[in-house]
Parts: sequence; structure tokens; C-alpha cells
Amino acid sequence: MIQFAWLIPVLPIIAFAVIVFLTRRMQMVSALTAIVAMAGSLIIAIGVLVQVFSTNITIAEPVELVVRWLEVPGSLLIEAGVLIDPLSSVMLFVVTSIAFLIMIYSIGYMKGDPGFSVFFAYLSLFSTSMLGLVISNNYFLTFMFWELVGLSSYLLIGFYWNKDSASDASKKAFITNRVGDFGFMLGMFFLFLLFGTFNFQELSVAIPAFANKTLLTIVALLVFVGPIAKSAQFPLHVWLPDAMEGPTPVSALIHAATMVAAGVYLLARGFVLFESAKTALLIIAIIGGFSAVFAATIGLVQRDIKRILAFSTMSQLGYMVMAIGLGSITAGMFHLTTHAFFKALLFLGAGSVIHAVHTQDIFEMGGLAKKMKTTTWTFLIGSLSLAGIFPLAGFWSKDEILVTALNAGEIFGVPFLGPLFLTLGLLVAFMTAFYMFRLIFVAFFGSEQAGQEAHESPISMTFPLVILAVFAIFAGFIGTPFTDNGFAAWVYYGHPHLPEPNYFIMIFSTIVAFAGILFAWIIYGKKAISAEKLAVRFSAIHTLLYNKYYIDEAYQWFFDKVFLRIADGCRWFDRTIVDGIADGFGDGLREMGARLRFIQTGNLQNYALVIFAAVVIIALWLAVPVLGGI
Amino acid sequence: MDGFPILLSIVLAPIIGALIIILIPEKDEMVIKITAALATFVSLVLSLYAFITYDKSVGGLQFLQDFIWVERFGINLSFGVDGISLPLVLLTAIVIFTGVFASWDMKNRSKEFFVFLLVLVAGVFGVFVSRDLFWFYLFFEVAVIPMYVLIGVWGSTRKEYAAMKLTIYLLVGSAFALIGIIALYLYAKGQLGYGTFDIATLSTVNFDIAFQKFAFFLMMIGFGFLVPMWPLHTWSPDGHVAAPTAVSMLHAGVLMKLGGYGLIRAGVFLFPIGAKFWAPLIAVLCIVNVVYGAMVAMVQKDLKFVIGYSSVSHMGYVLLGIASMNYLSLDGAVAQMFAHGIMTALFFALVGNVYHKAHTREIAAFGGLAHQMPRVAAGFLIGGLASLGLPGLNNFVAEALIFLGSWRVEKILFGFLHFRVLSILAIFGVVVTAIYVLRVVQKVFFGPRNPKWDHLTDAKGVEMVPIVILVGVLLLFGIFPSLLIDTINVGIEPLVAKIAAAVEIGGIF
Repeated sequence: MIQFAWLIPVLPIIAFAVIVFLTRRMQMVSALTAIVAMAGSLIIAIGVLVQVFSTNITIAEPVELVVRWLEVPGSLLIEAGVLIDPLSSVMLFVVTSIAFLIMIYSIGYMKGDPGFSVFFAYLSLFSTSMLGLVISNNYFLTFMFWELVGLSSYLLIGFYWNKDSASDASKKAFITNRVGDFGFMLGMFFLFLLFGTFNFQELSVAIPAFANKTLLTIVALLVFVGPIAKSAQFPLHVWLPDAMEGPTPVSALIHAATMVAAGVYLLARGFVLFESAKTALLIIAIIGGFSAVFAATIGLVQRDIKRILAFSTMSQLGYMVMAIGLGSITAGMFHLTTHAFFKALLFLGAGSVIHAVHTQDIFEMGGLAKKMKTTTWTFLIGSLSLAGIFPLAGFWSKDEILVTALNAGEIFGVPFLGPLFLTLGLLVAFMTAFYMFRLIFVAFFGSEQAGQEAHESPISMTFPLVILAVFAIFAGFIGTPFTDNGFAAWVYYGHPHLPEPNYFIMIFSTIVAFAGILFAWIIYGKKAISAEKLAVRFSAIHTLLYNKYYIDEAYQWFFDKVFLRIADGCRWFDRTIVDGIADGFGDGLREMGARLRFIQTGNLQNYALVIFAAVVIIALWLAVPVLGGI
Repeated sequence: MDGFPILLSIVLAPIIGALIIILIPEKDEMVIKITAALATFVSLVLSLYAFITYDKSVGGLQFLQDFIWVERFGINLSFGVDGISLPLVLLTAIVIFTGVFASWDMKNRSKEFFVFLLVLVAGVFGVFVSRDLFWFYLFFEVAVIPMYVLIGVWGSTRKEYAAMKLTIYLLVGSAFALIGIIALYLYAKGQLGYGTFDIATLSTVNFDIAFQKFAFFLMMIGFGFLVPMWPLHTWSPDGHVAAPTAVSMLHAGVLMKLGGYGLIRAGVFLFPIGAKFWAPLIAVLCIVNVVYGAMVAMVQKDLKFVIGYSSVSHMGYVLLGIASMNYLSLDGAVAQMFAHGIMTALFFALVGNVYHKAHTREIAAFGGLAHQMPRVAAGFLIGGLASLGLPGLNNFVAEALIFLGSWRVEKILFGFLHFRVLSILAIFGVVVTAIYVLRVVQKVFFGPRNPKWDHLTDAKGVEMVPIVILVGVLLLFGIFPSLLIDTINVGIEPLVAKIAAAVEIGGIF
């Protein structure tokens, strides 16, 4: 199957082309084209996954298939290449399976939308970009697909482009990611300068042998700027909440399997670079940990169901980034995998709710549990998994991150880092459980809203929910400390670290998660403590959190008051100074001509006078030696 | 097709077309347009043929043709193309062919319009295929003069001012180049014992360092006007804005490339030592082009001015490629000339389409135009994405090569400024570009439907010809870049060898 692996990203782009050029007017044909292509990719991805695990292809010894793409003799060779190892094959499976389910879901969700066909074309383009990014064998190709992911998100976030808010959000997403790509590009160029190649395998040999660690740290941090933007880490996270302007299936795709996962994947793929620069690794861990807490605090007070989930994503990604920063790509990728399933589930569930009640404000919902049984059950499973309740998928992957955090001190040789990162992790776990169950108690179990006619969504929407719920329950079993030959035996860097069961963390994290749920129940379920009173009591903090720490406002201010003013200054300089000098030169010449014009009077006597004067002067000049004046 | 005068035919086809059009009565507009389309189609097919059959394993100048002209002065009408000029010939052919279709709605004195347009393009073809510096110069002048008439008569916004400004700037520039060419001729005559304008022969002459500095300076200023290099650039946005659609396409798409081409062919190739001396100056100025051009583009109100300044910004990348003087960067410079030519032609074709129907180009007047003109919007978005360097489109490859090449330069300017800082600033240019491009796309095409523009019809029929061809080319060479780059490699290789052989001297800074 591996020899067909290149088809995995190619099939969806074929679907894209077919839809755009041929079937745009036939909605169901377009949807089927996209879904069939995606199913093809999924089948190949499963085949590749099975083959990788049955033939002992490891991260150290992957399979590469390459064709020449761009060559400058003696200076540059870029291949269009496919890299198959456990890391990429797991990711390919996650992306194809989730994209497949989301496409099925979209048939119901997007029904009746005038852009139905185009939507499926864009979903296919998005899948191609993400799959290409995952499968490529060198930084350059990865960067190209990385940017195409940016394009696809631009098209999908701005899908309702007749709404200003949507086109603003899509523009913001693209530009924020461009800033990240700028750093990524610089880092990538440095790698090429230092090692003369973009190829991951060649770099994994060359980088550890490189002596200048300071330079490597700079390069690693530059590359990391890319994931900061793509995986919505502080301070380039601002695009993520706005990206909710896209249709809900898009949010699910962006937040679960594509786009934001790309950043974490790149960290894992290029881990040799970060591993060789310990300072960079620590900074990555700090940014990840900070983002996790930062986003969770914002998530506590949001009212919009999709925004709560958005900040939850940012927070969970922070978790993964932190795990990788603390040296465990196993923990990061494991959480990425389980998170992909339950977060896709939660977004699609939210979409199902929005589809039914036509509002996104959780306080305008209520009592949905009675009306939408499947949605409620699956959403509950997703939330429990996200909160990390035993034995759901999120429990196992979160535990592995917490164990990694506990051992952080050993990696950096600073003992207090372990307890510090563990505390951060537990704090996030508490807040996660709280905000998810705040959502559930308010929206699903609160009192029914008068006049709201909510119905369960059609089967095409609930079917993916059920499948994803199954994954949200069981996906964690591939990587528990009690599983032999599981996730950690395949996806690792250097040597596999098979997780040891750490009962202290298991029990403690469960207590913390239950505490979060209990706390949410007291406030929003039983209403023993009034949420309004709390908000009034801590109004300054509440406002600060609700407004996302005013970071968007600060950026907007910078753009309007600094950046645009500089641009205006340049325009003024160009028109007034640069052009002024050129025009002034022309005017000067004309002025000169205008003055000289007066000599040409056309009056014969004047001319005769000038001629006579000239003759006299010349005669005198010639006569000077004769007269002996000088 | 052995022995068929292919390059001569490429140059002559538009001239013959122009002669035929002169004989056609003015009222037969359709016949005039079809003739123009056919004439340019002949050039296009022949250019494509040359591009495909050019033997990359042999390299060098091919499809040679010589006609002795003024033997006493060593002036010959001699043609030939290599890996540098061939892509630019193809570019010219694509742009003029699509440009004719973009002018399909020309009603006012269309006969004279097409005559001048075809003469102009014959001049441009001539520049690219000439192996003789005298003819190189002559063809250039042939291209400039029709431009004056085309803008002055068929233009818009301050057209007389713009036409005059453009012509004077270009003539001043060419005067510098002419002095350089004459000095070169005389110097070479002293060395060789006979006069010649043949570029290949001239390149074998050993010019001393002082002369190289002097001659390259003249070429740099002369062709710098054309590129345009900051601060010699203000003619170009004004010219773009005033010119009618097809002329804008040619002007930004091809005419500016004469500058980059001249700088490489008559500058770096003949005077590598001089180029090494002046390269730091070009490098510093081109960063001003890139960043400042993009900043100015950000705050423009007229759609064409945005594209005009974006051209200033993008041509800065070409200059950076030339100033970095290595294989990758020079490859990128030529590729960027090609890619930018196609992209900007696409932009002007689309803006022309909108302007022709809406009679305004003011960005603030639009909004939600994608409702009425979805195809134009899609085309504009693709052009915009090419402009901001999106992978999968031709411009990305060109810019990446330039960046990679400039990244390798280890020069220190002014004793403290590493060349890489300039590269970083240039790369930052792509962020600024993304901002202004997406802002314009949003302001013009996205947002709620504006009933004011309901009378606008989307591009269709003949109007789709330029959009489809130009987008197709951007995608083709974006996805399969070696189709283009392999040819350019063959042209750059001898140039790089010459640079490597040149004596290393310190730069001006």
C-alpha cells in the first residue's frame, strides 16, 4: 500500500478540480465526489497504517518515495517526496478519518446553502493541504502545504464572505498565520544555509552533529514561530476565536484534524532540531503551558458555544505544545490524536445544536437533553473525554502529559520545573472540566427556553457523532500504560519511553477533574452560588477575561495607529518629496525656457544689435594681442 | 523547422499585422481585432515552439540569425535567444496575445490603437531576441514611442501628464544606457581592433576595473529607470494608472522587464566586476522598493495605483536577485520577471474589465462585487494570492529562489549591516504584501451585495481568454516549476561562471 501513499493527498485535490470545473451545479454529485475521494484516501491511509505497523517501519528508518521537483544544479534540489513512518501514518489516519466524517456531516449541515458544492471543494482542498503537509519528506514541501493550509482556512473561514465579520475573520487568520510563516521561512532558510538540505531524514543526521548551539536555538525558535501561529499559541492566537465565523463543520476540521494540529505535528516532525537546542525546548514548553492556562481562563466566561470550544482548543493545544517542549513527542502526538476525535465530536455536536436552535449563546439554550438525545449523549461523552475522566480517551493522553510534566525537572536539570508544569497542567485540567460542564449544565440541562422548537438533527449529522463518540471513548486504549506494544512503542523520538502507570497522577487528576465538574454543577446546575453575583463581585477580572485580555484591541491599535500611519507617511513622501523633486526638475527646465524665450523677440533691430555687439566683442578679443594690452 | 527564421518571424508577425491593419477600413472593427489577434497568435505559437524545442543540453544562444547591416561600424541585425531571454520572449507573447483580447471592447479609434500596440510589442520582442547591442537599443526606442501615443490618446486619469512623465523618464534612462553602450563600443574597439556591437564578442573583452565601475554605473542608472529602481520609480505607477488596459498589461508585464533584462545582459554579463562594486547599492535600494512600495500600495485609493505600487515592490525582488549575484538568486530574478509579468497582466486585465463597466476604480466605491462578478473576483483573488507568494503559483517559486540566493550572501555592508538583514526585510515584504492584497480583495469583492453595481455583468466569452490563460500559466509553472527553471538554469550558468571568474573587489558600501 505504501507505494500508493502519494495518492492520499492527491485524491482530494482531484475532487476539488472536478467540483470546481465540472460538477459545481450538481450539489449531490459534488458532495459525493468529495466524499468518495476522501474515502479513497482513508482506505489507503488505513492500508499504510497497517503496513507500517506490520513491517516494523520506524521513525528512524522510514520509507521515502521521491520525484525531482525543482533543481538548480549544484545549488538546490527540492524533491516532491513522501515520508512514511509511524508518525506520519498515524496522522494520515487521523486526518482522513475525521475529514471523511465531517464531509458526511456537512451533507446535512450545509443542506440548502447556495455554496454547497463550493464548500465541498474547499473541504477537499483543505484536506489535500493538510495531508500533503503531513506526508511530505522535507521542510520546503511542508512549508508549501503549510501555506496552502492557510489559504484553505482563509477560504473556509470566509465562506460567508457577504458577511463583513466573516471576511474580516478570514483575513485576520491569513495575516496572523503569515506572520508565523515569516518566522518559519527564516528558520527554514537558515537550516538550508547551514546544512544544504531541506530533507527531514538528512537533517536528522546532520543537526545533532552541529556544534553551534546558540545558532541552533535561534533557528529552532524561528521555526517555532510557525507553529505559534498555526497552533494558535500566545501571542499569535488571535485568529482562532474569530475563525468561528466559518460554518461549524469547518471549525471542527480546523480544530480537530487540520490547521491547528499542523503546528504540533511540525514540532514532532522536526523534533531533532528542538531537541538539539534545549533552551528553545524550554521556551516552547513555557509558551505551551502559558497558552494552556491563558486560554482556559478566557474559556471560563465566554457565552458563545463555539467560542468556548475554540478557547478549549487553544488550551489543549497548549498542552500538546508543552508536552513536546518537555521532550515527549509521544505524549504530544497521543493527545493530538485523542483530542482530534473528541474535539471534532464536540464541534459537530455544537453544530447540531446550532442547527436546531439557531443561536450560539449558551444562555439562550436550555433543556436540550430532552429534545436532542443523540446529540446530548455524544456531547456528554466528548466533554467527559476532554475533561479527562477515566477511562475515556482524554484521560489516558492527558495523564501522559501530566507524567511528562512531572519529569520535566530531569530534562532541563532544574528540579522545580517538574512540580511547576504539573501544577499548570492540573490547573488547566480543573478549568477544562469546569467550563465544559458549565456549558453542559446551562445548554443541555438548564430550564427550557420558551418558544424554542429544537429537533434532533438528521441521520447524516448524528451518524458521525456516534462514530466519533466511539473513538472518544476507546481511542485512548491504544496508549494506556497497560497496553503492550501501544502508541508509545511506535511514535517516539530516539528511544521509546513506555509509560509506567503512575497511580498518584491518575487519582489526583481524576479528583481535580471531578472537582471542576462539581464546581460547575454547584454554580450552574444546582445554582447554589449565583453566577451573576460572582461576575459582579469580580467584575474587573470578568471583563478582562470576557474581552480576552484586550489583546485584539492592542493589535488593532498597533495596526491603525502605527502601521497605517507609517504607510501614509511613505505615500506622502513618495508623492511630495520623490515626485516633487522630479517634477521640480521638469518645472525648473520649463521655467528656464520660459525666461530664455524673451530673447526671441522677433524684432529685427534687436537681433542686429546682438550681432553687432558680438562682432565688436570678437574684434576686440582678436585685437588684444595686436594692441598689446596684456 | 530547420532554417525557418523563427525569431525574425516572432518580431515581424506584429509588424505585418500592423501593416495589414493600416489597410483595413476603420469601420471593420472586428476584422481589425481578429487581425491583431492572429498576428500575436503567430508570435505566441512560435515563441512556444522555440521555448519547447530549445535544446537545454546544448544551452547557449540558439535559433541564430544574422543579417549584415552596417559593416563599417560592426552593426548587424543578429538574433538569438538563450535561457534568460527565451522565457521573456514567451512572456511577451502571452501578455500581448491576452492583451489584445483584453482590449476587445476598444471602440475609440481602434485601428490606430492596434497599430501602435503591435508596433510596441514588435519593439519589445526585438529587444529580447537581439544579440547586437545597437539593435537592442534601437528596438527599445521602438517600444517607448508608441507607449507615449497609446497613453496620451487612449489613457485615463491625468493621461497627458503621465504619458509625458513616462516618456521623459524612459528616454533619460535610455540616454544613460546609450552613453554606456557607446563607451563600451569605443573601449572594445580599442581592444579588439575593430568595432562590434555583438554582445557575445564584447563579453570576451577584458575591461579594466575602472571602466567596469563606470560602465556598470551607467547601465545601472539607465536600466534602473526602467525596472524601476527607487527613487527613479514614480513614472511607473502614474503610467500604469493612465494607460489603457492592454498597455498597462504590456507596460507592467513586459516593459519593466526590459530593465531587469538589460541590467543582466548589458550590465552583469559584460561588467561582472563593476556589478560586484555596485551590487550593495542596488541591494539597499531594492529593499526600499520592496518594503516602501508595499507600504505605499497599502494606502492607495485607486485600484490601479495599488497594482502600480505593488509592481514597484515586486520588481524590488528582481533587483535583489540581481544584486545577490549567485546562481539561485539570478535564477529567481529571471523567474520573478516572468511570474510578475503574468500576474500583473492578469491584474490589469481584471481591473480593466471592472473599470470599463463601472467607470471607476476607486476602492471605497466598491464592496461585495463578487456577487455581480464572481469570475472576476476569483481571478483577482488568484492574482492576489500569486502576488503574496502563495505556493502552487509561479511567483512563490521565483521569490523563494531569490530569498534562498540572497540568504547565502555573506557580505557586510557599511561595516556592520549583514546582507542577510536585507534579505529578512525583503522576506518581511511578503507579510506586508499579504496585508494590502487581502485588504483590497476584501474591500472590493467581499461584503454584502451593493445594488448600485447590479448592472455590472461578469466576465464572459472573449473577456475570459486573458483570465483563463494567465491563471493557467501561473498554476502550470507554480506546480511544475522545473518546466521554467530548467531553461533559466541553462541561461544563468555561463553568467554565474563569469561572475565567479571576475576579480573580487570591495563593494561601494
